[in-house]
Amino acid sequence: MTDKDFEMTPAAGNGLMDRRMFLGATAAGGISMLVAQPAAANRPAWTQTPGKGMNSYGSPSRFETDVQRVGIGSQAGTVGSGASRTPLEQLNGVITPSGLHFERHHNGIPDIDPDQHKLLIHGLVDRPLSFSLETLDRYPMTSRIQFLECSGNSGALLSPTPMPRTCAQLHGLVAASEWTGVPLAILLEEAGVKPEARWLVAEGADAAMMSRSVPLDKAFDDALLALYQNGERIRPSNGYPMRLFLPGWEGNMSVKWLHRIKVTSEPAMTKDETSKYSDLLSDGTAQLFTFPMGVKSVITNPSGGLNMSKPGLYQITGLAWSGAGRINRVEVSADGGKSWAQAALDQPVLTKNLTRFRTPWRWNGAPATLMSRAVDEHGSVQPTRESLMAGRAKGAFYHYNAIQAWRVGENGEVGNVYV
Amino acid sequence: MSMFNRWLITLLYLTAGTTLQAGEGPSLGTPLSAGEVAAADITVMPDGEGLPTGSGTAKTGTSVYLANCMACHGEKGTGGINDTLVGGHGSLTSDRPQKTIGSFWPYATTLFDYVRRAMPYQTPGSLANDEIYAVTAYLLYLNDIIDQDKELNAETLPEVKMPNHDNFVWAYSP
Ligand code: HEC
Repeated sequence: MTDKDFEMTPAAGNGLMDRRMFLGATAAGGISMLVAQPAAANRPAWTQTPGKGMNSYGSPSRFETDVQRVGIGSQAGTVGSGASRTPLEQLNGVITPSGLHFERHHNGIPDIDPDQHKLLIHGLVDRPLSFSLETLDRYPMTSRIQFLECSGNSGALLSPTPMPRTCAQLHGLVAASEWTGVPLAILLEEAGVKPEARWLVAEGADAAMMSRSVPLDKAFDDALLALYQNGERIRPSNGYPMRLFLPGWEGNMSVKWLHRIKVTSEPAMTKDETSKYSDLLSDGTAQLFTFPMGVKSVITNPSGGLNMSKPGLYQITGLAWSGAGRINRVEVSADGGKSWAQAALDQPVLTKNLTRFRTPWRWNGAPATLMSRAVDEHGSVQPTRESLMAGRAKGAFYHYNAIQAWRVGENGEVGNVYV
Repeated sequence: MSMFNRWLITLLYLTAGTTLQAGEGPSLGTPLSAGEVAAADITVMPDGEGLPTGSGTAKTGTSVYLANCMACHGEKGTGGINDTLVGGHGSLTSDRPQKTIGSFWPYATTLFDYVRRAMPYQTPGSLANDEIYAVTAYLLYLNDIIDQDKELNAETLPEVKMPNHDNFVWAYSP
């Protein structure tokens, strides 16, 4: 088979094309995509006058003001005990703009004066220590591009009938950033962790004084005291001036506004690791400490609430991630899971980061069901909704990582469905 | 990442859990006195470590609850606009599991720890330790876990066995 042959060869049923098609198409120049033709001869108005001058902090185009966090909700009578979601279907690439990173707070965003904020490390250590932000700036730092996902993400898919929701409304409690900060191991080593220590209890300086127990092996493995997000100081909604960042683990443990670490031999059994963020099974037992986020993917485009204009060639794209490491492959189905085609992965594929996948699809105008299925480097396969729900108690919504299906109707409307 | 950082982190991983090596970080942390630690440390462990002096009973806790909690959590811990704190016993395997302090929580110490750090929602940190022991007792009493006259303090609170305690399994142990 020549290169040109596979360009036109279906990779799976109902119009899924080989993932290399777009790459080949550029070289061959033979496939016309549904894009606008180049502008006409007249100079556009904005080329006829000088543009605006510089400004001290940029913002998106005035034509992009509809790109906003969505699904903002808080417990009755409160404004700061809830969540806002990343508009996944309006973004591309893998890095989430800091201002669109999802939020999940338990009593609002504190207004922390960085000059008064200190990080305390005490408990089972040789030397209890306090660190100012200024001091921490002198420590060796490292950067990682990694995802953060709330353990309650996608919980709305427990609903017995599929809710008419967008991708962001359903799955927008995940985001990826470049996190820069001091490896927590350096600070723990300076304090001198005693041999009997196994856990640390992290506490935030918010009104909820959010508190979670973290195994010390994770702290020494890849935990970061994050000070910067996407190059600038962490935003207040993400933990300014410092937060814990635990790659791949449920977001709630990456305690924001971190101000105290107590090294212990046992977990503290805080409200947010017992009453909440534990997983109730159908037999009445509950699992504590289900830390890593499971392998998962979702097609962000086309997705719920969007409209396909007319039949033709489209690029299906979405995000895949695993709390256990790298994404190995993503498969896409356009016939409700009967056949699957392998999607192309944007490079580089980073450990515990969002991975962007893409695959060409020729939509013939008939109803179709789109699905994606991720496999990580350890061979873990994203489960079906049915197998995920088996054994769970009713309403147990944490750690929902099942395959998402989108139904494309004859009219091109896309909606959330169960298969 | 600079070569220096790469080397540093490799070294850290190799030496983690063993003795402190010189030169890992600039060692700029300021030593904390025992008093400074005690003032900041509000963590309560399941064995009671961290519980302050003070005491209270459900009787004294009733008024604390009415004045500070009822508006959001409802009369006697149910029917409020925020989390239900009472009831749901035996519901966990049903079609409508109701997770409350009484039906679900594994440790009584968690209640003291949480109320002290986070409640009342609008004015966290405003209650005295006696009031926190008392409202803790009141909520445990409403859940049929302790008697109305049972005095809770640093010794007796960790002894309270929660009805659902044995139904928790650790999915991770370090
Ligand atoms: C202004 C409303 C309000 C008041 C007053 C209030 N709470 Fe709360 N309470 C909340 C909210 C909201 C939450 C959920 C917080 C979160 O997002 O983590 C909550 C959570 C709780 C929880 C955790 C419930 C669970 O099952 O996980 C307990 C226990 C609790 N409150 C006890 C109290 C007590 C005791 C008082 C009085 C001293 C009190 N609350 C006063 C609003 C309130």
